[in-house]
Amino acid sequence: MPTTTELELSRRGLLAGSAATAAIVAAPVGAAPATPRQATAAPTLPVRFKVNGERRELSLDPRTTLLDALREHLHLTGTKKGCDHGQCGACTVMVDGVRINSCLSLAVMHEGDEITTIEGLGTPDKLHPMQAAFVKYDGYQCGYCTPGQICSAVAVLDEIKRGVPSHAQDDLNAKPTATNVELRERMSGNICRCGAYSNIAEAMAEVAGAKA
Amino acid sequence: MKFETAAGTNPIDRMKVVGRAHTRTDGPLKTTGLAPYAYEHQRDLENVAYGYVVGAAVAKGRVTMIDTTAAKAAPGVLAVVTAADAGKLGKGKFNTVKLMGGPEVDHYHQALAVVVANTFEQARAAAGLVRIDYARGNGRFDLDAALKTAPLTGAEKDDKGEDRVGKFESAFASAPVKLDAEYTTPDHSHAMMEPFASIATWNGDALTVWTSNQMIDWGRTDLAITLNMPKEKITFLSPYVGGGFGGKLFLRSDAVMAALGARAAGRPVKVAMSRPFMANNATHRPATRQRIRIGATQDGTITAIAHESGSGDQPDGGPEAAVLQTNLLYAGANRLTSMRLAVLDLPEGNAMRAPGEAPGLMALEVAMDEMAEKLRMDPIAFRVKNDTQVDPKDPKRKFSQRQLVRCLTEGAQQFGWSRRNATPGQVRDGRWLVGMGVASAFRNHMNMPSGARVRLGRDGVVTVETDMTDIGTGSYTIIAQTAAEMMGVPLETVVVKLGDSSYPVSAGSGGQFGAANATAGVYAACVKLRDAVAQRLGYNSADAVFDGGKVTSGNRSATLRQAASAGELVAEDKVEFGDLDKTWQLSTFGAHFVEVGVNAYTGAIRLRRMLAVCAAGRIINPTTARSQVIGAMTMGVGSALMEELAVDKRFGFFVNHDLASYEVPVHADIPHQDVIFLDEADDKANPMKAKGVGELGLCGVGGAVANAVYNATGVRIRDYPLTLDKYLDRLPAVA
Repeated sequence: MPTTTELELSRRGLLAGSAATAAIVAAPVGAAPATPRQATAAPTLPVRFKVNGERRELSLDPRTTLLDALREHLHLTGTKKGCDHGQCGACTVMVDGVRINSCLSLAVMHEGDEITTIEGLGTPDKLHPMQAAFVKYDGYQCGYCTPGQICSAVAVLDEIKRGVPSHAQDDLNAKPTATNVELRERMSGNICRCGAYSNIAEAMAEVAGAKA
Repeated sequence: MKFETAAGTNPIDRMKVVGRAHTRTDGPLKTTGLAPYAYEHQRDLENVAYGYVVGAAVAKGRVTMIDTTAAKAAPGVLAVVTAADAGKLGKGKFNTVKLMGGPEVDHYHQALAVVVANTFEQARAAAGLVRIDYARGNGRFDLDAALKTAPLTGAEKDDKGEDRVGKFESAFASAPVKLDAEYTTPDHSHAMMEPFASIATWNGDALTVWTSNQMIDWGRTDLAITLNMPKEKITFLSPYVGGGFGGKLFLRSDAVMAALGARAAGRPVKVAMSRPFMANNATHRPATRQRIRIGATQDGTITAIAHESGSGDQPDGGPEAAVLQTNLLYAGANRLTSMRLAVLDLPEGNAMRAPGEAPGLMALEVAMDEMAEKLRMDPIAFRVKNDTQVDPKDPKRKFSQRQLVRCLTEGAQQFGWSRRNATPGQVRDGRWLVGMGVASAFRNHMNMPSGARVRLGRDGVVTVETDMTDIGTGSYTIIAQTAAEMMGVPLETVVVKLGDSSYPVSAGSGGQFGAANATAGVYAACVKLRDAVAQRLGYNSADAVFDGGKVTSGNRSATLRQAASAGELVAEDKVEFGDLDKTWQLSTFGAHFVEVGVNAYTGAIRLRRMLAVCAAGRIINPTTARSQVIGAMTMGVGSALMEELAVDKRFGFFVNHDLASYEVPVHADIPHQDVIFLDEADDKANPMKAKGVGELGLCGVGGAVANAVYNATGVRIRDYPLTLDKYLDRLPAVA
């Protein structure tokens, strides 16, 4: 029987080993082919969707995320890559009216979808009410998480309007309201390292017509 | 302009634009997604290829073999660069460790190769085909073990690395009330939202880099050193920076890899660090082990105070200066501070927001709370009693301004401190144990030379050019306010251009020195532009008044547009400093107030209220300054409750190297935050009479949170962060 110490040790060893190769397999033991493969052009797949009301047709490497399709192929760089792992929310867009992390979604999965990005909400000359509220309440600093925060904020108010429940509600069967705690719970997938949360809550409350 | 004597009355004192709340001038661009960050400039370029960095999979050792054959043969791959074919690389003067490893490996995830391909997906896939074999070396990863034999920093100096006043040991031994406690703070990650990213493009032997960097001239200089090329051949651009917190003070591997990749591929190349790569590839705030001893008389007068700290770093690195504030914050006749520095093979430790003070005050301000309790004094009264208006080591040196007492007492009033129950664990609100905590905030103000160029166009528009950066701090806005005030024009008439190495070198963004020094540099340039305008108009510049878009001298008056009608006027200058900061101690002060609820059943800690009161000289823009402070308070909550890079002491790396496992505060963690700025103007600091505030907001927050948790529960936790495993079994019994 192995002792507890040995078990502990081997589990930690395994963890360390997998963490070391989590980001990129730097030394894929046994994975390298004996003879180099012939370089072939990457296969592409066609995809058609609407972005901010405009029809778009792309032929993409199927590994391309919706995020990279927007940023690198359509040059809509308002949608940000903060982590590429669904951990930070900077890439939030709305697909058919529902917010998603665009980094966790392959572009070719969105055939026929209607996608709304930060660029589709408003322009500097004609800001969306949520964009205007973020400016008014200084709901951002460096600005990098901001498009994702704003897309999320718009979608959150819509979720509350549609009665989508959250765990912050005392009664899951009651219609949710835009309280400070409710908004903060629903926004918690959007990280702001500059720490503008208190101001974002005020901006959202104003747009929701509620008290922060 | 050399700032050598205290500022007299100047046009900034009009406070028509400066000192007033303004929304950010870059707000419409940032909120619509149109502000371009480092990775997003490809519209300016054609044919951009993608680089993906391969990092070391061991923390210490030697690369015995790199096989790039499979990677080079993979679809779309244009080039693979390793140390073997990068040419001779230098090490930047601000880098402790070289940015490209091989064959020696200095730390885990040190960059060893960059793979360049036509697309991001191709580069990433091919990076996984680079085969590297290592001879793993023996690394030093255990701070506590390494500190046992670590020397004092500065041990070679006359004071042998100990900063002493009076006789600490005997005074402490004879003090009737004393505290001797040890505190720990863990390694922290900047975790800024925008990953390190750069686009590099070569034109012959000239290099242009769009990057994300707080200090344009430092980055440009170190890139030139690293690539062994003349600095003049590099254009270094950072118009928008998606957060830095000190992590982007220095050149990092993304810029070097992009430049090397672009040279090898013969095309522009963009490189972004993947999120899981950042914590180990780049810098972090080093962990500390701190010991604090305070001795006092029964009436609460501190007679002896000692603060010793140990931290670790790579060879030739530096200590986390956690003891420095203790030299200046409180009175006491007998004093000792010192630091030990252990050599570790973990990734490079370096500056993170409020380096030194952030972890130092997390310990000192808890020690002050503990000491107040021993003395049966209110923690605010104890701090007020030990206020000092002079440098305790050199009493002839006064603080230029020091309103710590007002911050504490006015904050107490505002926060309802009198409702605090001094006996811990007594206040219940339903299932919540409720407590309040306080801490002093302290951070020095630093002078930095800073330059700017100002243009008055024929259209009357004032354009400011400086290599200053805006990392979320509000530089665009406060620089526009400064120029508008100086030239007597509305804010809308000013255009601000930042983050370009072709502009005059500024203070840059760091150490909370950016806002005050960069605007002082703009002030200096505007003084010259005002002279040029007066001269053009034939006015006596000394009595010319700039207001409402006009220049008036005696009974003569002209618009700025008229002044420039014969051609654009350009002026350039920089602010430099004499020794006012030696004659006077320039510091910023504040007080943090926190109310927490601790769930009596689960132990979960929730922030209920937060207030900061700051005394930091003239506040150039209350809106952006307040955001700096609430953002810093938020980071302070993170350091108190959740932030910790977990060290694998066997393999030598930070295990939780992404945003799912390195936890930072989210919306749900942060309640409404209040900030009060005391009305100040520090004429010893600079002509703006402003000081820094962006780091002050972080200093002390962690201590205030820990003190509030103690007040709520009666459980004292001296090891940050305050996670459940450290106190759940010590919570009061649930009635």
